[in-house]
Amino acid sequence: MRSRVIGCTLGLSLAALASGALAAEKVSDGVVKVGILNDLSGIYSDFTGRGSAVAAQIAIDEMGAKVLGAPVELVAADHQNKPDIAANLAREWFDQGKVDMIADFPTSSTALAVMEIAKQKNRVTMLSAGVAMAAITDKCSPLSAQWMVNTYALAAGTAKALLKAGKKSWTFVTADYTFGHSLEKDAAAVVEAEGGKVLGVSRHPFPGGDFSSYMLKAQATGAQVIALANAGSDTINAVKQAAEYGIGRSDKQVIAPLLTYITDVKSLGLAKAQDMYLTEAFYWDYDDRSRAFAEKYFSKMKRMPSASQAAIYSAVLSYLKAIEAAGTDEAGAVMSQLRSMTIDDAVIRNGKLRADGALVHDLLLLQVKKPAESKRDWDFYHVKAVLKGDEVYPKPSDACPLNAKG
Amino acid sequence: MSDITLQAFMAQLTIGLIGGCFYAMLSMGLAIIFGLLNIINFTHGAQFMMAAFLAWIGLTQVGPWLGQPDLQVNFWLALVLAPALVAVFGMAIERTLLRRLYHLDHLYGLLLTFGVALVMEGGFRYVFGVSGQGYEPPEILQGPVDVGFMLLPKYRVFVVAASLLICLATWYLFERTKLGAYLRAGTENPRLLQAFGINVPVMITLTYGFGVALAGIAGVLAAPIMQITPLMGGSLLNIVFAVVVIGGLGSILGAMLTGLGLGLIEGLTKVVYPEASTVVVFVIMALALLLRPAGLFGREA
Repeated sequence: MRSRVIGCTLGLSLAALASGALAAEKVSDGVVKVGILNDLSGIYSDFTGRGSAVAAQIAIDEMGAKVLGAPVELVAADHQNKPDIAANLAREWFDQGKVDMIADFPTSSTALAVMEIAKQKNRVTMLSAGVAMAAITDKCSPLSAQWMVNTYALAAGTAKALLKAGKKSWTFVTADYTFGHSLEKDAAAVVEAEGGKVLGVSRHPFPGGDFSSYMLKAQATGAQVIALANAGSDTINAVKQAAEYGIGRSDKQVIAPLLTYITDVKSLGLAKAQDMYLTEAFYWDYDDRSRAFAEKYFSKMKRMPSASQAAIYSAVLSYLKAIEAAGTDEAGAVMSQLRSMTIDDAVIRNGKLRADGALVHDLLLLQVKKPAESKRDWDFYHVKAVLKGDEVYPKPSDACPLNAKG
Repeated sequence: MSDITLQAFMAQLTIGLIGGCFYAMLSMGLAIIFGLLNIINFTHGAQFMMAAFLAWIGLTQVGPWLGQPDLQVNFWLALVLAPALVAVFGMAIERTLLRRLYHLDHLYGLLLTFGVALVMEGGFRYVFGVSGQGYEPPEILQGPVDVGFMLLPKYRVFVVAASLLICLATWYLFERTKLGAYLRAGTENPRLLQAFGINVPVMITLTYGFGVALAGIAGVLAAPIMQITPLMGGSLLNIVFAVVVIGGLGSILGAMLTGLGLGLIEGLTKVVYPEASTVVVFVIMALALLLRPAGLFGREA
């Protein structure tokens, strides 16, 4: 295997030498440079952070670190979840750093800021962690792709599955800021459209500390589903404190966090997280292909990839393949190449990139295992269903001008 | 409003009381440190966090590190050991850094402690990540008790009892004993006290250590309830500072009663209008500053 990789690389480099002049013309600046912009030290660093760069490097290595004879390089930086810092870094990368594509953005506000700059500079952005709907509705860009999920798909995935299982009455515990509100709104819309009922909403300040009040209030509504429209440490604390009071421990009432990463479940522990339903686009233990990628990642990071770290791998791999197929790294050409391909790799299945930048693909409905059912560390989920992209992704929005044209 | 039953109301009050206990314990430490050292101790949150981490390390990590997976520092031992270690760490900071600032303006102490807190948080974040860790309370405290109007986790009952006991003991120590009298005299006139043959610098170091230890105990108690993350102290500290200001800077009784009271008020706000629950403490602070600038229990300077 190793000798084959070396052989391939050698062959490619020879070809590159032969067509050196040609490659330089096809690839701007003679190098394809991928930038990872995310949170390296703050509250989102566990599910993005350094792991994202590692995932990107795996994809680059699989391509032999070259496309069209030009070398592929990686840069990474901390945007500290601040749009202004992200914008400055992106500008510098585009103007002086020869960066062709930037990915990740765990905070959607940073993504929206960089998307705008990338559009002006004719470069590509791929949102593997940013999930805000704005990126594919009113702020959509022809040079941007949302490579994993959006809040609607997350909410719809879990909501539809639970409604189908007869859980019709819902209550929300929502983080009181833009993200929480939009997650709640999207989920409530699905619940009502499918014949369910929303019995109540309690909104907590962001970030919150003690959630027992809100969880008790939610329990008192008697709803069959307590949906958590929050994320990260808020979700973890809400689930943890609910467990203390025995909330969500019966078939009559379940807790459904609408945005959960495997790193959250890891830090909660199965004892507290057991039986919860959630939607993710990637689970490392899904099949042989996903396991093969995950083991590669594990050997470098000593932990399993989160869905958004896995998405980086797929995004970078697809981007490089598209450059190769298009024969150029010009942003517009690469994007139309991506739109014409079916994305199918270790992470993304049956993926189609829409005009508005939404990558529509299969999602997984997961249920957290009981401690006794888990055979090893990171063995966390039962895969309950594969949700087809068309069923869970939102229809193209009129707010995005790219949709109106098509 | 009308749909809130008496039971739910009582449940929320109880939760408010639990929150209030943490506020009281943390703000007492702050009040003691401010009272005697004139230092606004911004490392308080980080010290709270550090104790929680130390307890977690003792409970879950030490064994595997030493190659003996079954070995663990149990919760009761951690409850003593972790605050003690944090106190020693605090006293080292007092001896090496804070001591140099006593003759300067308050601001220097504030900036120094703020910086130390950032370094501590950064260090823990680098080593342990941000998603957080957790551990279970000891078995005897797991599960709920039926208190009539709700099922209350035993552990939380224990937290309330323990923190009330600690608060009362601290108050007694500082306000009713001879040692407390010396300590209070030290703030008024350190030179005179020194003339009586009391080693004031050592007394100050120990007092700082004691205040830090209170934060440490709160940290260990909070760990099974909250997620142990490097950020857990910082988010609590804002409120605790407000408590100290409302109670009256340096007033130990004020810190205790205000802490409990604000916990209850916060709990009530969560029932009536949850969106305001983080703001209510600061609204009260603003009112208190307007009407009684020295705080509810503070002495006018």
